Amino acid sequence: MESSDLGAVWLTLKLATVVTLLLLVIGTPVAWWLARTRSAFKGVVGAIVALPLVLPPTVLGFYMLVVMGPNGPVGQLTQSLGLGLLPFTFPGLVIASVFYSLPFVVQPIQNAFEAIGERPLEVAATLRASPWDTFWSVAVPLAKPGFLSGAILGFAHTVGEFGIVLMIGGNIPDKTRVVSVQIYDHVEALEYTQAHWLAGGMVLFSFLVLLGLYTFNPARRKTA
Amino acid sequence: MSFEIRAKFRVDRNNFKLDVDLTLPGRGITALFGHSGSGKTTCLRAMAGLERTTDGYFALGNEVWQDEAQNRFVPPHQRALGVVFQEASLFPHLSVRGNMSFGEKRAPLTERRFALPQVAELLGINHLLERPTTELSGGERQRVAIARALLTAPKILLMDEPLAALDLKRKLEILPYLERLHRELAIPIIYVSHAPDEVARLADHLVLLDQGQVVASGPLNAVLSRIDLPAAFADDAGVVIEASIAAHEVDDLTRLEFTGGSILVTRRPEPLGTWLRCRIHARDVSLALIPPTQTSILNCVSAVVVDLAPTETPGHVLVRLDVAGEPLLARITQRSAHKLDIRPGLALKAQIKAVALLA
Repeated sequence: MESSDLGAVWLTLKLATVVTLLLLVIGTPVAWWLARTRSAFKGVVGAIVALPLVLPPTVLGFYMLVVMGPNGPVGQLTQSLGLGLLPFTFPGLVIASVFYSLPFVVQPIQNAFEAIGERPLEVAATLRASPWDTFWSVAVPLAKPGFLSGAILGFAHTVGEFGIVLMIGGNIPDKTRVVSVQIYDHVEALEYTQAHWLAGGMVLFSFLVLLGLYTFNPARRKTA
Repeated sequence: MSFEIRAKFRVDRNNFKLDVDLTLPGRGITALFGHSGSGKTTCLRAMAGLERTTDGYFALGNEVWQDEAQNRFVPPHQRALGVVFQEASLFPHLSVRGNMSFGEKRAPLTERRFALPQVAELLGINHLLERPTTELSGGERQRVAIARALLTAPKILLMDEPLAALDLKRKLEILPYLERLHRELAIPIIYVSHAPDEVARLADHLVLLDQGQVVASGPLNAVLSRIDLPAAFADDAGVVIEASIAAHEVDDLTRLEFTGGSILVTRRPEPLGTWLRCRIHARDVSLALIPPTQTSILNCVSAVVVDLAPTETPGHVLVRLDVAGEPLLARITQRSAHKLDIRPGLALKAQIKAVALLA
């Protein structure tokens, strides 16, 4: 394997790890809110979170490019803060990936929170646990399978993205050139052997992730 | 120290109304009895603070947990109470011990009254402590739930039909533990139920609820012996008397003494002096103007008719009797009432065909 290939693999793993961690931090409160709210905005927020499931990545990438570009609101903000522009940088890639993988993390966690129901939370309240305490000592442990699914799906989905990376990240070695883009390059250059190594690796990786997900994710335990 | 519980809740939702204003004793078991939809569970949830009523007041002695007039509402996790739900609702991610110590850990040290081993002993769950909750029977789960609620250092225990989800065998397994709580704990228990036999067996104070309204509230027997109430107990109408074991007779009978006289029952295992609760159904009491001599019925007490009223059962009347200060109900046919000219003030003999011992 060439060093550029290794660089791409390393970059991909780094991106997926950072994005997954960020998504767990951002996605958990969103999932909690969606699972518990009776607000009229539930549908709107749920639909926005789910948009990346149906939109072509190029559409999302295009708008993010516009928003984060020199004339976009986010672009102007980052420039005024002295951060420069986000497109074609690793942080830009992270932000785009967070949006793109959001539903894959939020939905399993939201489903797990919903499956808990009202009763365990009420019981915790009558056992002197504050809402914050209840969240950590009851809701999170009971939703563990959802967190596991969300993290695995978010990670795997980030590893597998292509369109949005190309739109936002471009193809800069060691900065934004992830495995999927590297494969594309190899194929363009008719380097089928290298393409085979990476593509085969992706197939194996994806299979193992899904195998793990379906095999080890425990069936929801019956609530007492 | 005795105190009073004041509970006033008003709920007005499109298909449900609740309007209660209760003063309850700060000790013993108070049963909230009524059919489904009568508002008893809502009442209990309001006491726990799990539901906030727009117009509500709830206080234990001088500790006010809700007073909407002052815009005061203490959230459930800041109230010193224990709740036992119909389903045990144990946390599946914790062991039995983990469940029991969940509330204990969060209760202020100075308020803790019971230690875990003591409560485990009281409820007979010592041998289950290290088990996952998934390996317990229904009765065991409910006992763990009760232990968990007690360990949270409650000043009041709220129980929402804790036996309703269990089969008869499990019920009989738990009832003795509830009676033990009743005897050994100094905290008041509010017990929601729609089962007359549980109420008769456990309650000291009875609140009858119907369609969100309080129909009656008072000491158990005072309410049970009222004949003017809508047929809350229907066929189960009757009274509960407390009697002590006076003698174990040679022919396998036990003599019980109560205020109004003595009754014989099948031999009991308890020692002399033990207090027992007996339930006498109105349908098991018959009346005679002269002392019946040639009869197989052993139990016969002198009584005076207080009043009588029609019952739900066609052709029957309910007669309230006074047996030396103790109330007794008899259900007889209208025809017999006419024939014997049953009227208030009439002195007669009440024959008791059956006595159900509740403990």
